[in-house]
Amino acid sequence: MTLDEILASLFPAGHDVVRERGLIAGQGRLPDGGAIAVIGVEGQTPVGVEEAAQLAGNVIEVIKSGGNEPILVLIDSGSQRMSKRDELLGINEFLAHLAKCLILADKLGHRTVGLLYGHTAAGAFIATALATRTLLALPGAEPAVMDLPSMSRVTKLSIDVLEEKAKSTPVFAPGLDNLFQTGAVAVTLDPASSLADQLQAQLSRPAERDDNRDQLGAERNGRPKAADIARRVYELARASV
Amino acid sequence: MSTVTLDNAKVERQPLVSTDSWYEASARQRVEGLLDANSFVEFIGPEMREISPHLALFDLPEQFDDGMVVGLGRIDGAPVLVAAQEGRFMGGAFGEVHGAKLKGLLRAARDMASMPVLILFDTGGVRLQEANAGELAIAEIMRALMEARFAGVPVVGLVGGRSGCYGGGGLIAGSCSALAVSEQGRISVSGPEVIETNRGVEEFDSKDRALVWRTMGGKHRRLIGGAEVFADDTIESFRNAARYLIELAPAPTLDTLEAEQARLAQRIHDFGDCADALDIWRSLGASEPETIPALSYEAFVALADRLQEPRHDAR
Repeated sequence: MTLDEILASLFPAGHDVVRERGLIAGQGRLPDGGAIAVIGVEGQTPVGVEEAAQLAGNVIEVIKSGGNEPILVLIDSGSQRMSKRDELLGINEFLAHLAKCLILADKLGHRTVGLLYGHTAAGAFIATALATRTLLALPGAEPAVMDLPSMSRVTKLSIDVLEEKAKSTPVFAPGLDNLFQTGAVAVTLDPASSLADQLQAQLSRPAERDDNRDQLGAERNGRPKAADIARRVYELARASV
Repeated sequence: MSTVTLDNAKVERQPLVSTDSWYEASARQRVEGLLDANSFVEFIGPEMREISPHLALFDLPEQFDDGMVVGLGRIDGAPVLVAAQEGRFMGGAFGEVHGAKLKGLLRAARDMASMPVLILFDTGGVRLQEANAGELAIAEIMRALMEARFAGVPVVGLVGGRSGCYGGGGLIAGSCSALAVSEQGRISVSGPEVIETNRGVEEFDSKDRALVWRTMGGKHRRLIGGAEVFADDTIESFRNAARYLIELAPAPTLDTLEAEQARLAQRIHDFGDCADALDIWRSLGASEPETIPALSYEAFVALADRLQEPRHDAR
């Protein structure tokens, strides 16, 4: 689905979402009449220091406006912008800041929902979609920590070998199905029916207080050990004092 | 330091801390040296053999602690939770088990809300052989870290290891309540080779070590406000930094993140047109920026304190 189609299906009652230099910002109207803030990245735009600061500023504005308006994060991004300048300026702090703003908004009552509808990768993925409370995806989304050719260079394994290995585990290869199995994505939406209704249904469900992505990863056989190890460390730490 | 004579072999055991250099030390040596003597209790130690379930697929050797040491110890008698990455195993990279240990520790810190957390970073980022699990672990760690901070828990990062603090490690570092970094402790998202591979050698020459240090190294991070304390490359210096920073970690609020927003916007405004770290240091007021990489620890700390006061209310 294109962003135009997605916005039309999400907000039949109207929206004032503005798209500028690869960034998305505005507000939409939900079926129940409530408003939802919208931010995001389109066109596989890389997230550099300016982009991260602008998105974080949008989140802060939503928090400052009061109330408990939810926040939708639409993502079709590149990776973090890879440049000398971005690293010189400390892009790690900018990306962390964006994630922290989304996490704070959620804590202060602004339910955060990500919608992954295109590409995303690496640090941009962590700072946006993966920093939301509930991550939704559309079929055709192409999340990647690293693409297979780059992975082939680093691991010194041919792409054929990597593709063969990817058949037996979802743990390393790019793609929505693999990310879904590891527990990153809560629900994959149906593009043939109203996105507005599907979003409203998600918002109507109480948010998990605890981050349950590692349990989802265990149930879906994508991450066999993460939930168990985290729980055991947790219990040992609690029992140690 | 005591030495122990083994029963059968007439050799003296190497003392656990064989070097005072943080950079040279292993994760376990750093933990041992940072904490009060014999105070460390590890959670899921190597004797439990909780190895990565994924490395065998790639015919890669596992390590019994998966390169992450977590547990409880004391500093000056006060309890602290500690996590240390071993940069010499898989570049300290975040895999499924490695990341889950830190996540579990932070969740416990959040719910106990009584003990600070120290994270001893030494990482190249996500472990590519388990990329999806590692990427997600970093997101989960950041959420647990922030929840711990909201509960009033100081989470202090210490950066000075062989593998630096790259990729998602840089994002976790940026989420800590405070950071101490040594000259060797590079903090960055895209590593030198990654930038060069994607953008070409004209954008970043990864073989130019001086360029790497001044773009990503500890001195630059301290000067632009990316880290609060510049540490000497000794375990003692990092111990002192940890002691100091634990006390300066108010729980983050909207005010904190607004202050960070302003701090980062100011940085783009002030330095956004600079082509090199030398230009940034010059515009900060350093009269001889080219001498900074060679400055001693003491001389650099004095200069940095003069050029930019560290803030403790804006991250």
